[in-house]
Amino acid sequence: MHTTLLVLAVFAACVVESVEALTIVLAVGVTRGWHATMRGVAAGLIVLAALVAALGPALTVIPINALRLVVGGLLLVFGLGWLRKAILRASGFKGLHDEDAIYQRQLAAAEHARPGGIFGDSYAFTLAFKGVLLEGLEVVFIVLSFGANQHSIPLATVGAAAAVILVAVAGLALRAPLARVPENTLKFAVGVLLTAFGTFWGVEGADGHWPGSDVALLPIIGAVLAFALAAVWHLRRVHNRQTARSRTDPTRATEATSGSTR
Amino acid sequence: MTRVAVALRGFAAFWWDFIVGDDWRIAAAIVIAFAATAAVATTSFPAWWIVPLAVLITLALSLRSAARAARNN
Repeated sequence: MHTTLLVLAVFAACVVESVEALTIVLAVGVTRGWHATMRGVAAGLIVLAALVAALGPALTVIPINALRLVVGGLLLVFGLGWLRKAILRASGFKGLHDEDAIYQRQLAAAEHARPGGIFGDSYAFTLAFKGVLLEGLEVVFIVLSFGANQHSIPLATVGAAAAVILVAVAGLALRAPLARVPENTLKFAVGVLLTAFGTFWGVEGADGHWPGSDVALLPIIGAVLAFALAAVWHLRRVHNRQTARSRTDPTRATEATSGSTR
Repeated sequence: MTRVAVALRGFAAFWWDFIVGDDWRIAAAIVIAFAATAAVATTSFPAWWIVPLAVLITLALSLRSAARAARNN
Protein backbone atom coordinates (compact mmCIF):
# COMPACT_ATOMS: atom_id res chain seq x y z
CA MET A 1 0.00 0.00 0.00
CA HIS A 2 2.84 2.38 0.92
CA THR A 3 4.46 1.70 -2.45
CA THR A 4 1.29 2.48 -4.42
CA LEU A 5 0.82 5.73 -2.51
CA LEU A 6 4.49 6.54 -3.05
CA VAL A 7 4.26 6.17 -6.83
CA LEU A 8 0.97 8.11 -6.92
CA ALA A 9 2.41 11.00 -4.88
CA VAL A 10 5.57 11.20 -7.00
CA PHE A 11 3.54 10.96 -10.23
CA ALA A 12 1.11 13.74 -9.20
CA ALA A 13 3.90 16.01 -7.90
CA CYS A 14 5.81 15.50 -11.13
CA VAL A 15 2.73 16.25 -13.30
CA VAL A 16 2.30 19.60 -11.52
CA GLU A 17 5.96 20.60 -11.90
CA SER A 18 6.15 19.30 -15.50
CA VAL A 19 3.12 21.36 -16.53
CA GLU A 20 4.82 24.48 -15.14
CA ALA A 21 8.12 23.66 -16.89
CA LEU A 22 6.28 22.90 -20.15
CA THR A 23 4.70 26.38 -20.14
CA ILE A 24 8.15 27.99 -19.98
CA VAL A 25 9.69 25.64 -22.58
CA LEU A 26 6.80 26.11 -25.04
CA ALA A 27 6.91 29.91 -24.77
CA VAL A 28 10.67 29.97 -25.35
CA GLY A 29 10.60 27.38 -28.14
CA VAL A 30 7.78 29.06 -30.06
CA THR A 31 9.38 32.53 -29.98
CA ARG A 32 13.11 31.72 -30.07
CA GLY A 33 13.24 28.45 -32.02
CA TRP A 34 13.57 24.89 -30.76
CA HIS A 35 17.29 24.19 -31.21
CA ALA A 36 18.74 26.08 -28.22
CA THR A 37 15.55 25.50 -26.21
CA MET A 38 15.83 21.71 -26.49
CA ARG A 39 19.52 21.90 -25.58
CA GLY A 40 18.49 23.75 -22.43
CA VAL A 41 15.83 21.14 -21.64
CA ALA A 42 18.33 18.30 -22.18
CA ALA A 43 20.94 20.00 -19.98
CA GLY A 44 18.36 20.52 -17.20
CA LEU A 45 17.24 16.87 -17.35
CA ILE A 46 20.88 15.66 -17.28
CA VAL A 47 21.62 17.72 -14.13
CA LEU A 48 18.46 16.38 -12.43
CA ALA A 49 19.30 12.77 -13.39
CA ALA A 50 22.87 13.27 -12.11
CA LEU A 51 21.51 14.52 -8.78
CA VAL A 52 19.33 11.41 -8.38
CA ALA A 53 22.23 9.13 -9.40
CA ALA A 54 24.68 10.82 -7.00
CA LEU A 55 22.48 11.44 -3.96
CA GLY A 56 20.35 8.27 -4.20
CA PRO A 57 23.03 5.72 -3.24
CA ALA A 58 24.50 8.15 -0.67
CA LEU A 59 21.15 8.37 1.15
CA THR A 60 20.86 4.59 1.49
CA VAL A 61 24.05 4.54 3.61
CA ILE A 62 22.49 6.77 6.31
CA PRO A 63 21.09 4.86 9.37
CA ILE A 64 17.33 4.32 8.94
CA ASN A 65 16.19 6.44 11.93
CA ALA A 66 18.32 9.44 10.96
CA LEU A 67 17.14 9.06 7.35
CA ARG A 68 13.48 8.97 8.43
CA LEU A 69 13.95 12.08 10.55
CA VAL A 70 15.56 14.04 7.68
CA VAL A 71 13.14 12.67 5.08
CA GLY A 72 10.14 13.24 7.37
CA GLY A 73 11.25 16.82 7.99
CA LEU A 74 11.76 17.55 4.28
CA LEU A 75 8.44 15.98 3.28
CA LEU A 76 6.63 17.92 6.01
CA VAL A 77 8.18 21.23 4.94
CA PHE A 78 7.37 20.60 1.25
CA GLY A 79 3.97 19.04 1.98
CA LEU A 80 2.77 21.80 4.30
CA GLY A 81 4.02 24.40 1.79
CA TRP A 82 2.04 22.78 -1.06
CA LEU A 83 -1.02 22.25 1.12
CA ARG A 84 -0.97 25.82 2.46
CA LYS A 85 -0.79 27.25 -1.06
CA ALA A 86 -3.51 24.89 -2.38
CA ILE A 87 -5.87 25.73 0.51
CA LEU A 88 -5.36 29.49 0.04
CA ARG A 89 -6.03 29.13 -3.71
CA ALA A 90 -9.10 26.91 -3.24
CA SER A 91 -10.58 29.37 -0.75
CA GLY A 92 -9.96 32.44 -2.92
CA PHE A 93 -7.25 34.10 -0.79
CA LYS A 94 -4.65 33.47 -3.48
CA GLY A 95 -5.08 33.71 -7.24
CA LEU A 96 -5.23 30.38 -9.11
CA HIS A 97 -2.14 29.41 -11.10
CA ASP A 98 -3.02 30.50 -14.64
CA GLU A 99 -0.84 28.69 -17.21
CA ASP A 100 -2.29 30.74 -20.10
CA ALA A 101 -1.39 34.07 -18.45
CA ILE A 102 2.10 32.82 -17.53
CA TYR A 103 2.57 31.59 -21.12
CA GLN A 104 1.63 35.02 -22.52
CA ARG A 105 4.05 36.77 -20.13
CA GLN A 106 6.88 34.40 -21.10
CA LEU A 107 6.10 34.92 -24.81
CA ALA A 108 6.30 38.71 -24.46
CA ALA A 109 9.57 38.54 -22.52
CA ALA A 110 11.15 36.07 -24.98
CA GLU A 111 10.22 38.20 -28.01
CA HIS A 112 12.08 41.23 -26.62
CA ALA A 113 15.29 39.47 -25.55
CA ARG A 114 18.34 39.74 -27.78
CA PRO A 115 19.63 36.62 -29.62
CA GLY A 116 23.20 35.30 -29.72
CA GLY A 117 25.63 33.57 -27.34
CA ILE A 118 27.70 30.42 -27.02
CA PHE A 119 24.68 28.08 -27.15
CA GLY A 120 23.29 29.59 -30.36
CA ASP A 121 20.70 31.52 -28.36
CA SER A 122 21.79 31.94 -24.75
CA TYR A 123 18.45 33.39 -23.70
CA ALA A 124 16.49 30.37 -24.95
CA PHE A 125 19.04 27.89 -23.55
CA THR A 126 19.22 29.53 -20.12
CA LEU A 127 15.49 29.98 -19.70
CA ALA A 128 14.68 26.40 -20.74
CA PHE A 129 17.53 25.06 -18.55
CA LYS A 130 16.42 27.08 -15.52
CA GLY A 131 12.75 26.20 -16.06
CA VAL A 132 13.43 22.46 -16.13
CA LEU A 133 16.01 22.53 -13.31
CA LEU A 134 14.06 24.68 -10.86
CA GLU A 135 10.71 22.99 -11.43
CA GLY A 136 12.37 19.57 -11.31
CA LEU A 137 14.46 20.10 -8.19
CA GLU A 138 11.56 19.67 -5.77
CA VAL A 139 10.50 16.49 -7.57
CA VAL A 140 14.06 15.15 -7.28
CA PHE A 141 13.94 15.69 -3.51
CA ILE A 142 10.53 14.00 -3.29
CA VAL A 143 11.76 11.05 -5.40
CA LEU A 144 14.88 10.69 -3.25
CA SER A 145 12.99 11.08 0.05
CA PHE A 146 10.34 8.51 -0.79
CA GLY A 147 12.66 6.21 -2.68
CA ALA A 148 15.46 6.07 -0.09
CA ASN A 149 13.07 5.46 2.79
CA GLN A 150 11.10 2.74 1.01
CA HIS A 151 14.20 1.33 -0.71
CA SER A 152 12.60 1.95 -4.10
CA ILE A 153 14.32 4.89 -5.78
CA PRO A 154 13.95 3.17 -9.21
CA LEU A 155 10.18 2.80 -8.67
CA ALA A 156 9.84 6.45 -7.59
CA THR A 157 11.90 7.45 -10.64
CA VAL A 158 9.54 5.46 -12.89
CA GLY A 159 6.59 7.39 -11.41
CA ALA A 160 8.34 10.70 -12.10
CA ALA A 161 9.46 9.70 -15.62
CA ALA A 162 5.92 8.55 -16.52
CA ALA A 163 4.58 11.97 -15.53
CA VAL A 164 7.25 13.83 -17.55
CA ILE A 165 6.57 11.71 -20.64
CA LEU A 166 2.78 12.10 -20.29
CA VAL A 167 3.01 15.90 -19.97
CA ALA A 168 5.59 16.18 -22.79
CA VAL A 169 3.46 14.10 -25.18
CA ALA A 170 0.32 16.09 -24.30
CA GLY A 171 2.23 19.35 -24.77
CA LEU A 172 3.60 18.25 -28.15
CA ALA A 173 0.16 17.13 -29.31
CA LEU A 174 -1.58 20.35 -28.25
CA ARG A 175 1.33 22.74 -28.84
CA ALA A 176 -0.18 24.90 -26.10
CA PRO A 177 0.18 25.19 -22.32
CA LEU A 178 -1.82 22.57 -20.43
CA ALA A 179 -4.16 25.07 -18.82
CA ARG A 180 -6.90 22.49 -18.22
CA VAL A 181 -4.84 20.26 -15.94
CA PRO A 182 -6.46 20.61 -12.47
CA GLU A 183 -3.17 21.84 -11.04
CA ASN A 184 -4.52 23.06 -7.72
CA THR A 185 -6.40 19.81 -7.05
CA LEU A 186 -3.23 17.83 -7.78
CA LYS A 187 -1.22 20.17 -5.56
CA PHE A 188 -3.78 19.69 -2.78
CA ALA A 189 -3.62 15.88 -3.07
CA VAL A 190 0.20 15.84 -3.16
CA GLY A 191 0.29 18.20 -0.16
CA VAL A 192 -1.95 15.84 1.84
CA LEU A 193 0.17 12.78 0.96
CA LEU A 194 3.54 14.46 1.62
CA THR A 195 2.31 15.84 4.95
CA ALA A 196 0.96 12.44 6.01
CA PHE A 197 4.13 10.54 5.02
CA GLY A 198 6.31 13.24 6.61
CA THR A 199 4.36 13.00 9.88
CA PHE A 200 4.56 9.19 9.87
CA TRP A 201 8.29 8.92 9.14
CA GLY A 202 9.24 11.93 11.27
CA VAL A 203 7.70 10.34 14.38
CA GLU A 204 9.38 6.99 13.65
CA GLY A 205 12.71 8.73 13.07
CA ALA A 206 12.40 10.49 16.44
CA ASP A 207 11.90 7.06 18.10
CA GLY A 208 8.17 7.47 18.57
CA HIS A 209 5.99 4.42 17.94
CA TRP A 210 2.66 4.59 16.12
CA PRO A 211 -0.27 2.65 17.54
CA GLY A 212 -0.99 -0.03 14.93
CA SER A 213 2.43 0.43 13.32
CA ASP A 214 2.25 0.83 9.48
CA VAL A 215 -1.57 0.84 9.46
CA ALA A 216 -1.44 4.23 11.23
CA LEU A 217 -0.62 5.88 7.89
CA LEU A 218 -4.23 5.60 6.67
CA PRO A 219 -5.83 7.48 9.61
CA ILE A 220 -3.06 10.10 9.32
CA ILE A 221 -3.92 10.66 5.62
CA GLY A 222 -7.61 10.82 6.56
CA ALA A 223 -6.99 13.31 9.36
CA VAL A 224 -4.82 15.62 7.22
CA LEU A 225 -7.35 15.47 4.36
CA ALA A 226 -10.30 16.21 6.69
CA PHE A 227 -8.43 19.12 8.29
CA ALA A 228 -7.45 20.57 4.90
CA LEU A 229 -11.01 20.31 3.53
CA ALA A 230 -12.38 21.93 6.70
CA ALA A 231 -9.81 24.74 6.32
CA VAL A 232 -10.91 25.35 2.69
CA TRP A 233 -14.57 25.40 3.76
CA HIS A 234 -13.91 27.83 6.63
CA LEU A 235 -11.60 30.17 4.68
CA ARG A 236 -13.97 30.21 1.69
CA ARG A 237 -16.77 31.40 3.99
CA VAL A 238 -14.49 34.10 5.43
CA HIS A 239 -13.47 35.18 1.92
CA ASN A 240 -17.08 35.27 0.69
CA ARG A 241 -18.12 37.34 3.73
CA GLN A 242 -15.33 39.82 3.00
CA THR A 243 -16.29 40.00 -0.68
CA ALA A 244 -19.96 40.64 0.21
CA ARG A 245 -18.95 43.34 2.72
CA SER A 246 -16.67 45.05 0.20
CA ARG A 247 -19.56 45.18 -2.31
CA THR A 248 -21.73 47.08 0.16
CA ASP A 249 -18.84 49.22 1.43
CA PRO A 250 -16.55 50.37 -1.44
CA THR A 251 -13.89 51.67 1.00
CA ARG A 252 -13.22 48.01 1.89
CA ALA A 253 -13.01 46.91 -1.74
CA THR A 254 -9.30 46.14 -1.59
CA GLU A 255 -9.73 43.83 1.41
CA ALA A 256 -11.34 41.02 -0.53
CA THR A 257 -9.02 40.96 -3.51
CA SER A 258 -7.01 37.82 -4.09
CA GLY A 259 -3.25 37.72 -3.73
CA SER A 260 -0.68 36.97 -6.41
CA THR A 261 -0.58 33.65 -8.29
CA ARG A 262 2.88 32.74 -7.00
CA MET B 1 30.39 43.33 -1.50
CA THR B 2 32.60 41.09 -3.67
CA ARG B 3 31.24 38.95 -6.51
CA VAL B 4 31.94 35.78 -4.51
CA ALA B 5 30.02 37.13 -1.51
CA VAL B 6 27.09 38.09 -3.74
CA ALA B 7 27.08 34.63 -5.34
CA LEU B 8 27.27 32.90 -1.93
CA ARG B 9 24.48 35.05 -0.60
CA GLY B 10 22.34 34.25 -3.64
CA PHE B 11 23.08 30.53 -3.25
CA ALA B 12 22.13 30.60 0.44
CA ALA B 13 18.97 32.62 -0.31
CA PHE B 14 17.95 30.10 -2.98
CA TRP B 15 18.25 27.11 -0.60
CA TRP B 16 16.55 28.99 2.24
CA ASP B 17 13.63 29.79 -0.06
CA PHE B 18 13.61 26.26 -1.50
CA ILE B 19 13.58 24.44 1.83
CA VAL B 20 11.96 26.88 4.26
CA GLY B 21 9.52 28.42 1.74
CA ASP B 22 6.90 31.08 2.42
CA ASP B 23 6.61 30.63 6.19
CA TRP B 24 9.73 29.93 8.28
CA ARG B 25 7.59 29.17 11.32
CA ILE B 26 6.47 25.89 9.70
CA ALA B 27 10.07 24.64 9.49
CA ALA B 28 10.79 25.84 13.05
CA ALA B 29 7.67 24.10 14.41
CA ILE B 30 8.65 20.81 12.73
CA VAL B 31 12.14 20.89 14.27
CA ILE B 32 10.71 21.65 17.73
CA ALA B 33 8.05 18.91 17.37
CA PHE B 34 10.69 16.32 16.35
CA ALA B 35 12.89 17.31 19.31
CA ALA B 36 9.93 17.07 21.71
CA THR B 37 8.98 13.64 20.29
CA ALA B 38 12.53 12.38 20.72
CA ALA B 39 12.60 13.68 24.32
CA VAL B 40 9.22 12.18 25.28
CA ALA B 41 10.11 8.88 23.54
CA THR B 42 12.84 8.31 26.15
CA THR B 43 10.16 8.23 28.88
CA SER B 44 7.30 5.77 29.37
CA PHE B 45 4.73 8.23 27.90
CA PRO B 46 3.53 7.81 24.29
CA ALA B 47 5.17 10.36 21.96
CA TRP B 48 3.42 9.73 18.59
CA TRP B 49 0.75 12.46 19.04
CA ILE B 50 3.18 15.43 19.29
CA VAL B 51 4.07 15.79 15.58
CA PRO B 52 0.50 15.41 14.20
CA LEU B 53 -0.77 17.95 16.74
CA ALA B 54 2.06 20.37 15.89
CA VAL B 55 1.39 19.93 12.15
CA LEU B 56 -2.31 20.78 12.47
CA ILE B 57 -1.75 23.76 14.80
CA THR B 58 1.09 25.13 12.63
CA LEU B 59 -0.93 24.79 9.43
CA ALA B 60 -3.93 26.51 11.02
CA LEU B 61 -1.81 29.42 12.32
CA SER B 62 0.05 29.78 9.02
CA LEU B 63 -3.24 29.85 7.06
CA ARG B 64 -4.71 32.41 9.44
CA SER B 65 -1.75 34.75 9.08
CA ALA B 66 -1.71 34.31 5.25
CA ALA B 67 -5.45 35.09 5.07
CA ARG B 68 -4.97 38.18 7.24
CA ALA B 69 -2.05 39.34 5.11
CA ALA B 70 -4.11 38.88 1.90
CA ARG B 71 -6.98 40.83 3.48
CA ASN B 72 -4.71 43.74 4.46
CA ASN B 73 -2.99 44.00 1.06
